[in-house]
Amino acid sequence: MTVADVLLLGLGAVAVGAGLCVVTTAHLVRAGLYLVVCLGALAGMFLVLTAELVAWVQVLIYVGAVVVLLLFAVMLTRAPIGASGDLDRPGWPGLLVGAGAGLGLAALFVDAYRWTSVSLPDGPDGPGSAGVLGGELFRSWVLPFEVLSVLLLAALVGAIIVSRPDVGASDRGAER
Amino acid sequence: MLSQAPTLADFGHDTWWVIIIKVLAAFVFGVVMTLLGVWFERRMIGWMQVRPGPNRAGPFGLLQTLADGLKMAFKEDLRPRGSDRLVFLIAPCISAVCALTALAVIPFGPIVSIFGERTPLQVTDVPVAVLVLLAVSALSVYGVVLGGWASGSPYPLLGGLRASAQMISYEVTMGLAVVTVFMLAGSMSTSEIVAAQASNPELSIGGATLAVPGWYVLLLLPTFVIFAISAVGETNRLPFDLPEAESELVAGFMTEYSSLKFALFMLSEYIHMVVASAVITTLFLAGWRAPWPVSVWDGANQGWWPLLWFMGKVVLVMFVFVWLRATLPRLRYDQFMRLGWKVLIPLALGWVLVLGGTRVAQVSDLSRSEQLWLGGAVAAVLLLAVLFWPARRQPSRPSPAEQVAARPPGSFPLPPLDLQVPPSPQARRAVAAKRTAASGRSEAEPAVKRPLEGRAGTDPEGGEQDG
Amino acid sequence: MPGPEHYVALSALLFTIGAVGVLVRRNAIVLFMCIELMLNAANLALVTFARLHGDLNGQVMAFFVMVVAAAEVVVGLAIIMLIFRTRRSASVDDSNLLKY
Repeated sequence: MTVADVLLLGLGAVAVGAGLCVVTTAHLVRAGLYLVVCLGALAGMFLVLTAELVAWVQVLIYVGAVVVLLLFAVMLTRAPIGASGDLDRPGWPGLLVGAGAGLGLAALFVDAYRWTSVSLPDGPDGPGSAGVLGGELFRSWVLPFEVLSVLLLAALVGAIIVSRPDVGASDRGAER
Repeated sequence: MLSQAPTLADFGHDTWWVIIIKVLAAFVFGVVMTLLGVWFERRMIGWMQVRPGPNRAGPFGLLQTLADGLKMAFKEDLRPRGSDRLVFLIAPCISAVCALTALAVIPFGPIVSIFGERTPLQVTDVPVAVLVLLAVSALSVYGVVLGGWASGSPYPLLGGLRASAQMISYEVTMGLAVVTVFMLAGSMSTSEIVAAQASNPELSIGGATLAVPGWYVLLLLPTFVIFAISAVGETNRLPFDLPEAESELVAGFMTEYSSLKFALFMLSEYIHMVVASAVITTLFLAGWRAPWPVSVWDGANQGWWPLLWFMGKVVLVMFVFVWLRATLPRLRYDQFMRLGWKVLIPLALGWVLVLGGTRVAQVSDLSRSEQLWLGGAVAAVLLLAVLFWPARRQPSRPSPAEQVAARPPGSFPLPPLDLQVPPSPQARRAVAAKRTAASGRSEAEPAVKRPLEGRAGTDPEGGEQDG
Repeated sequence: MPGPEHYVALSALLFTIGAVGVLVRRNAIVLFMCIELMLNAANLALVTFARLHGDLNGQVMAFFVMVVAAAEVVVGLAIIMLIFRTRRSASVDDSNLLKY
């Protein structure tokens, strides 16, 4: 057992366990907390894979902003303390479809690797440092980057217009 | 002298006991600075409000915080019945742990020797250390939000909601502001940012070159202002302490907490302040590097002396925090959000653009006059845009009289809106009696009593004062 | 030394958990959490392959996935809040007016 083995086992167990809890827990806010644990374990795994910048951006954006926004929405809509019983629908078809998807993935996976083992290249300093990644991003990925910035702007404007009742109402008033 | 400054290659080679010593030292630094910080804040505010402040426990009241902490430890630990037991317990722990973790990447000094081991005075450094700082401060939102939610009562929930919105907004501002620091330093590692501020860039003004100090507070003044404001917002300090606004939300997310859990929240709040001061010092005030008059001395940046300069700068920034608290009133929530989203973020974005444009102009092969022409053109376009910007038409507010007239029938009776209180019936009777008496007397002695009659006739309030 | 297949297996497992979650949960916000789980599983696979090939394209794609996730959460939460304001419910089973 090397350090990477132990880290993979530990972080993987944490991630899968927390993910299972997200799907099964009856506590609304605790589902968000389990998601945080799961995402944190994944960030740790990115660190093991020497994707340093991606790992910290994961913590910064996913854990620090996205899940906080989700919790914010949970508290704005309905945040009961304790278990709420109506979170699950009787989900046999869903479970079947999900398990089918999982089986399909597993089959694909077995087919892809056929149980041969490929070892990861061993580098003391991984390629994921900020400077290199920035260079890559602004050299060969500039166009997708710009398109994504437009997407973000559109999402921002869209969210404001959707959530402000007065904006749409005044327009409709002007049409009339 | 520069060989003393650590680079990224100097980290990660320590023996285990050096690591333990450094981690413990950072922890103790955080806790001791909290103890002293609370005392410092109370003494300073006392001084600004012309009162002594805590001065009983120990010399100059230094042990006051310790006494408060002991008192808190012996208080009863209450938990509301409707609360979520587990989350209620872990929320203060998250707060304190996140606040303390940030101290790990703060550079306290150059390479020193601890019992013969040469090691940098910094627990660790990574190539993306500032990102780590931002991430950890983003994580500390959880302590506040979960504490507010798990208490199971409305005021803490409101405080938690405010905190999440506030911290996310100011996180964005902070991230945008430090981008310019990365641009100038060419690194995200804290020790390298400190090292980058050691150089003195030459500035040529009209042929004469002079070396300006490389502190980013001078080179990047707008960044410093934006970052400092958002750091105050991020640490929930006055004037931005909306999550715990005493007069609105009792104590916000801390309302239901007592005893040691409350103490943990207080601890994390003050460690946040210390960390924010240390980060501002590191990013903008050249960290542990000696300030100008001292830096003439060659030994100023060697050995253990830099710890002194670092502490001095941190205390200076903390003093500004306290000063702000003693001076400014709390902002309203919408004003606060407007400041963040409509003022600070556009400013930070524009400043990034300006700095990026300057850097591009510097590396491009344009001549000096072409650069000036380009800059002038951009400035002219901006000026024109500002001049012809469609000004928002202020909707005219109806006057109070119109508002009163527009009320539906059957509304509540209103007190007079112009704040002219009519005299009470008793006073009116007294004035009337006086007026008749005066007019009766004025027939007898008109020459003497004329002034009194005039006063009583035109000025009922004057008559009231007389009565 | 764990090979890439272990990471990819973990990624597939997480993706399956997220997919099952989307299908069996009812609260719209928990659905979002499950979608985040699936996106992160994809991210893990991308980063693993980036490490395997020794280039950065996978990590850049992981970045883009995060950006798209942020945009998705912003718009999605706005819609959920709007639905909650009119229907007083965040359950996806209650938003069935178009059925009739």
